[in-house]
This record gives sequence, C-alpha cells and structure tokens, in this order.
Amino acid sequence: MKVLKDLFQDYRFAFSFVVLVIILIMAILSFFSPYDPTLWNVVPRDMPPSAEHWLGTDSNGQDIFWQATFAVRNSLIISLIAAIVSRVIAILVGMVAGYSGGNTDRVLMFISDSLLVIPLFLIMVMIAMLVREYMNLVVLGLMLAVFGWAWDARLIRSLILSLREREFTKTAVLSDTGTVKLVLNEYMPFAMPLIFSTLINNMSWAIGLEMTLAILGLVNINIPTLGTMLNWAIYYQSILLGRWWWVLTPVVLALFLFIALYWLSVSISEYLDPRTRVQRVGA
Amino acid sequence: MNNTILQAQNLKAFYILDVHGTQKVVQAVNDVNLEIRENEVYGIAGESGCGKTTLLKALYGSFDPPLRHIDGKINYMIDGEAVDVTSLDPKTLRKLRWDYISYVPQGSMSVMNPVKKVKDTYQDFIESHGIGQSKDEALELAKAHIIELGLPRNILDSYPHQLSGGMRQRVTIALAALLKPRIMIGDEPTTALDVVVQRGVVQLLKDIQKNFENTIILVTHDMGVHANIADRIGIMYAGKFVEEADTYTIFGDPQHPYTKFLIDSLPKFGDKTTRESAPGSPPDLANLPSGCPFHPRCPYTVEQCMQQMPDLIQISDHHKVACWLVTGEEHG
Amino acid sequence: MTFLKRYLIPRLIQYILVIWLGITIVFFIPRLTPNDPVMKMVDQLQARGTLLEPGTMDKVIADLTEMYGLEGSWMDQYWAFWGRLFHGDMGVSFFQFPATVNDLIARAMPWTLALLLTTTAISWTVGNIMGGLAGYYSRKGWSRVLDTIAMVIRPLPYYIFAFTLLILFASTLVFRWFPVTGGASLGAIPSLNLGYIKDVLWHAALPALSLTILGGAVNFQIMKLLVQNVNSESFVQYAKLGGVTENRIVGKYVIRNALLPQITGLALGLGQLFSGALITEIVFGYPGMGMLLYNAIVRADYNLIMGITIYSIVGITTAILILDLTYPLFDPRVRHF
Repeated sequence: MKVLKDLFQDYRFAFSFVVLVIILIMAILSFFSPYDPTLWNVVPRDMPPSAEHWLGTDSNGQDIFWQATFAVRNSLIISLIAAIVSRVIAILVGMVAGYSGGNTDRVLMFISDSLLVIPLFLIMVMIAMLVREYMNLVVLGLMLAVFGWAWDARLIRSLILSLREREFTKTAVLSDTGTVKLVLNEYMPFAMPLIFSTLINNMSWAIGLEMTLAILGLVNINIPTLGTMLNWAIYYQSILLGRWWWVLTPVVLALFLFIALYWLSVSISEYLDPRTRVQRVGA
Repeated sequence: MNNTILQAQNLKAFYILDVHGTQKVVQAVNDVNLEIRENEVYGIAGESGCGKTTLLKALYGSFDPPLRHIDGKINYMIDGEAVDVTSLDPKTLRKLRWDYISYVPQGSMSVMNPVKKVKDTYQDFIESHGIGQSKDEALELAKAHIIELGLPRNILDSYPHQLSGGMRQRVTIALAALLKPRIMIGDEPTTALDVVVQRGVVQLLKDIQKNFENTIILVTHDMGVHANIADRIGIMYAGKFVEEADTYTIFGDPQHPYTKFLIDSLPKFGDKTTRESAPGSPPDLANLPSGCPFHPRCPYTVEQCMQQMPDLIQISDHHKVACWLVTGEEHG
Repeated sequence: MTFLKRYLIPRLIQYILVIWLGITIVFFIPRLTPNDPVMKMVDQLQARGTLLEPGTMDKVIADLTEMYGLEGSWMDQYWAFWGRLFHGDMGVSFFQFPATVNDLIARAMPWTLALLLTTTAISWTVGNIMGGLAGYYSRKGWSRVLDTIAMVIRPLPYYIFAFTLLILFASTLVFRWFPVTGGASLGAIPSLNLGYIKDVLWHAALPALSLTILGGAVNFQIMKLLVQNVNSESFVQYAKLGGVTENRIVGKYVIRNALLPQITGLALGLGQLFSGALITEIVFGYPGMGMLLYNAIVRADYNLIMGITIYSIVGITTAILILDLTYPLFDPRVRHF
C-alpha cells in the first residue's frame, strides 16, 4: 500500500518493522522448541555459543536461544495484556470524563492524576511482594494494566473535550443520537491514532516494568520472560564469571525491543499528525 | 509627483507545496508591477485569498519556505540608490528591517512575547537596531514615542494579555513607527476590531503618516478604510493588479468590472437598492483559469478574455486598468 | 486574595487528598492480599530453623499482629495507623531490629536526595537548553545527530540503561573504569576531606551519569518538539519580521516560552524520576533509599517498604506542590485572575 511505502521512507519505521518482525518470529519459534523451558539440566551447562547451541547454554542447563524464544513470547504476552486492558480502561475513563464533565470529570481526573503522582513503582513492589506465588502472565499483565492507564486517560479526555465543541457533535445530538453511539461511532476514529501510539508506548513501559520487577525477584521466576532470564543470569554471577552470552541475550533483545517499539510509535504518530506533515513540506 | 520609494518589477512569488508526492504550485503573486511613492498612503484592496498578504511578505523580503521568489525584482530606494531586496544577504536585510521599513502583521493581537512586558519587546526591537544604546536609553525612547502618539503611558509596564485587542493593535502600530521607518506596511490592521476601535486605529495611522511624512502601504478588504485613509488604491485579484488609481477615481469612476462590483457592494447613505456582490467565488490560486483570471465571474466576458491575460495599461494620468473591455478597443 | 481562595485553597485540598489516597492505598494493600503476613512471618521464622515452644507460638503471633498493626477491626487498624503516622512513628524494621524505619531512612535519604537533586537539575536544564537549540536549528547536522542519540536512549527503562552502563564501564566485560558497587570504598571513613569526597564522587559517577543522560534524553526530545511548535507562533514570526537579533529570539522568545510546559512536565514526571533513581541505585549498589528498598524486599521487611513508600508519597507530592505554586512566577498569564 502507498501508506506502507511512505512509512518505509522513515528509517525509524523501517528499522522497527524489521526488528519487530524478527522478534515476532522468535516468539512463534517458541512453539517449535525442542526443549521444555521448565526443565533444568537438559543440556550441558555454561557452554559458550556454538553451532549446536546458537546462544550457548546457561547455568540451569538450558539452551539460551530456545529459552529466549519463550522469554520473548511471554514478555510480549504480558505487555499485550497490560497495554490492551489499560487502553480499555483509559478509553472508558477518558471518554466518560471528557463527555460528562462536571463532578464525574473531576473525580475521575483526580484519581487519574493521583496515579500519576504517586510513585507507582513502590506500590507495585508492595503488591508484588505479597502475591508472588499467584503471579502468572495474566496476573502480572492485569496488575500493570491497573496502573498504566492514567496518562492516556487524560490525553483521550482532552481529545473528547475538543471534539465535543465541534459542529458534528451538535448535529448528532440534535438528531437524537444516543450518547454511547455518538461516542463510539463518531469519536473513535479521531482517537484511533492516539490510542495506537499510546498502546505501543504502554507495551514498552510494561516490558520495562516487568523486567525491573523480575530482577528484584518479585515475579514468578520460573516463567521465562526477558526479566526472569536476566534475573537468573545475575543470580548466577554471569558478569563476574564472564559468561557474556547469558547476560547479554536478554539485555540486547530488550534494547532492540524498546528502541523498535518507540521508533514505531514515533514514526507512525509523526506520519499521522497533520502538523509534522506540513513540516515535511517545502524544505 | 513624489519620488518612488519602493518598486516591484515583474514580481512573481509562488508557494511550492509537496502534497503526497505531487507538487502543488500556488501562484499567489503573479507578475506584479508597483511604484510606491514617498509620503503617500497606498491601499491594496481585494477579497480574501487574492494574494495580498503574500505580496506584502514579498515586498518585505520575507520569503519563508514554502514561499519562493520566482521572478522579478523588488527595489528599495535607499538614499537615492536602488537596492534589490531579493538579492540581499540575511544580515543586511535584518538591519534594514524596522529601520527602513516596518511591518504590522495580520492578527496583531498575539504578536508580542506573552511572557514579557510590552516595554521589553520595545527594548528588544530598539536594541537590535541601536548602536550601543543602553537599556535605559531604549526605555526612554520608547516612552517618549508612546506619549508622542497619544497612547497611555502605563501600557509599557503591562503584559500583552492585560491589554484589550484594540490597544494591542495600536501598540503594534506604534512599535512599527518606533524607528521612524520610511515605509510602513500594514496587513488588515482594522479587521477583528469593533468600529469604534477601528476609528482609533485609523486615526493613529493617519497621525503617524502626517507627522513622519513616510509611506504607508495598507492592505485591507474594507473599502471604507481605504476611502478614509488611502491616497491611491490598487485592486488585486488572483495574484495580479487589475486596477490602480487615486482614491477618488477608484470610487467615482471604476473601470474594471471587479472594481465596480467592489464599489457597488458598499452601502451608500440613503440608497435603498439591493447590494450586489460579484457572483461566484475567487479562483483557486493553484489552478488559475486561462486568460484573464476574472473571466468566469465577469458579466462582460468576450472571447479574448478567455484566451489572453490583459496587461495593466495606463488609461489616463493616474489610472491603470487591466481589462480587454477597457483597453481592448484602443489596442486592437 | 482571590488568588488564595480560587487557587491556593483548592490546590492544598487536592494535595492533602492525594497524600491521603496514597497512604490509604498503602494501608490496604497488605490487608487485601490473600496472604496473612503474620503467618507468613511465622513460616519464615520456622524455615530459618527457629524452634518455638507451643506456648510461645501464641505470644509470637500476638506480638507480630501488634507489630504489623493488625489488631482489631479494619477501622480500628486504620485509626491506629494514622495515629502512629502523626507521631512520626513508622514502626520498626523487621529485619534490622531494633533499628526503627525512621533511622534507616534517615541514613539513606541524604544519599538519594543528593543524587536525585543534582541529576534532576542538570538533566532538566541541560536537556532543555540543548533540546531547545536543536529544535530551533533543526536542520543542522549536530541537531540531527543528537536527536538520533536521544531516540536510542529515551525508550530504555532505568534499569536497562543503568545495567548497560554497568556492563560497559564497571565490569570485566568491557572497561573497568568505575567501581561496581557502593557509595564509597570499603572501610572509608566519612569525613569532609578531599579524599573522601573524591571517593564518593567516583562511586556516584555512574549512577549520576545514568540518571542524567536518560533524563536529559527525555527532556531533549520533548523540548525539541515544543520549540518546533513555538517557532511557528506569531510572536516569534513577528520578532523575525522586526529584525530582532537571532540570539535574542532563540533565548527570550523561543526557549523562554517553550520552557513553560516543561516546568509542568517536570512536576508530572517527578514520580517516575524518583522511582528511576531508586532503581538506578539498586543497579550500582549506591547506599540510598534504593538499596534500602532492595534489602527490604529480599528480607521481606514489609514495615520498611511501607515506610519508604509513605515518605516517597509525601515527598513527591510536596515537591510537585512547590513546583505548581512557583509556576506563576514564570508565566505572567496565570498571575492575574
């Protein structure tokens, strides 16, 4: 499509597209893994990369490459759950607050702003400490979702506020369109670009937080994710012992993933934003 | 007749836009010839979108992309020498600005730095052109100037948002006259103001012109303002001048069909007939019609109008028209 | 005085409400989770091999319940909780018994504050000024280079960036220029002599660098965008028309105005900055509240974590309040009601 061709002109989109495709392939590969990620000692330990074990093996006796495929898959799942659920919350809160106004708006925005101000990291540490055993991908995803909607709720609310004043809203109201129908049908198209870019940023945030919590040992470390892989690598002193292949795998994968997600969201929002489009013109 | 102070020769300035890969060219100033004289008020009239603002920007030497200078010269007469603005380097141009020629932009309500007091803006303009003036000297200069023009003294200590729209407009005009430039350009200085305030603004412009004996080039679609203050008027349509004469002639004996529509649409005291404006709407400057740009709306169109662009021809001592109807018979 | 009524008082009420909400959340979290912290503690004690006679088990449970503040109904607990807070009683650390939470935080706080305040100040000012210049001169080569660098750094979470720096500059893998952990070398005696100060600075260099660069990258990019918007504002165009010197335009017109939303941005980002500082401290073993938190997590010292969280909530909200109240100093448009 022409849109894709235009987007590929931006080196950032091109880079992120390639990286994300590779990562997606890795995640899918996990379904074909010859090793069970939950078993230990299936291969000889602490071997550097070789033809048989592309990224070497770790101190638990696992092949790092195949471990990484699971890690990538699980991290993506967590972040998708977190991002999608928090989008839903953000949309609901933002739209209700923006459209209703008055006290509903004030209360919702108060809650939203408080969540921005309170150091969420510490709150999540507290919660994670107590639910550690019950932690699985979904639980972690939901936990991140509950805390990740505040910023975007405010953005969506601003959008709704400006749309509310526009002509087509008044027309729709006059023609007796129900509120829900109005909001869903008329406003959603405007919100889509915003929602999409914040979705991607939220995924990035979720993975970052998952990794941070994992390294602090606050998740279920038996489920392979990028964070838990790093946790194990540090636990077994892989830096000190020079086992770079183990510690660098999650770090490098994560670096690429974060940069790719960010570049994707920036290139797409810049493409959609009419103002930056004008700047591209007439150089 | 006074000396020429600003001259435009075959001036062409277009906007070149890149929209989804294809180029779009907006012919905003399309072969304009002007001779503006010292000590006069020259009004430029026309509908929205005819290229008036672009012409002003071009005359000011302000070719910011996507606006490009395509062809023609713009000469400032400085100390008897013709200086071509289009070939000046940015540094010289910057020094000329405000000192020789100043600009009152459209929407002057929001042109001042919102976080600084008015006096700071005045000082900035002075100090950028002054020669070693101290901050206090600059402030004194500003104060004296404000008082001379009859504006209240305390506006200098106010922030822009504390002043009314009309007051801000007058402040901007006063600022434009600060360094006593030879030419002042004003773009719709009375639009968006109520009638009472408009009167104050027009009076201010008149006072400035009378006291400093400089040239004011005024763009507005409001013919009433032109009638009030302009010595000569140029009528612009689709990037070109279609008629030019002194004010009395324009109002009393308009020759170009478009000018006639403009004058006829003005309400006259005591006349109760219906006002008629020109039918249709102004052309898309990126997609001009062939021949005379006015021909689709003109009630007197003939074959030649659709094929050839009429030149601006002098038909009497102070009167130029660009219309086959008027000049066609005489010139074949 | 309308300023007071229409702005100050509602703002103060909001301030108090947010603190109240935060602390209430802190109160309810342990009580809403499926685990019984008392029994968990007992299990842990037993796991460590502590032998308990039957009679003392009840007493231990009773003591623990009191220490955890879990006596009585929830309303009782809530009142007791606030009562203790108002006395400044944060309780006792479970694992560094008998050190009080206040003591431990008091010892760690100066390290964190020093790190946080300097890095925030530097990353905000330098990041914004560079971002502003880059935004104004956006076509120049150096501007694009810096933008690309910022593009790479900005999306990284604090942990990953700090960890990468650790691998690169403090480990045997690449370079070994900086120490791996600690605030000062082992056995160094705190004193105000040059030697100790140099030692501390050497140890603080990487964490400070990590925070400053990451914070700076974020500010850089946001400021660049802001400036590109301000550039097209009418008052900037007007100054150019007026022949105002370029330096003046960049400083007084463009950056000065673009900086305003960044002040608000700083306020909104303080929560993240603070968390980031804690995380960075953990990576580098820097003896501030981050390490305190880490040790508390490892040892399940719940009281300590609660104390840190409460102090953080109060501290951050207060800092935001101060920033908010000083904003009118910078923007005259909000001064007049």
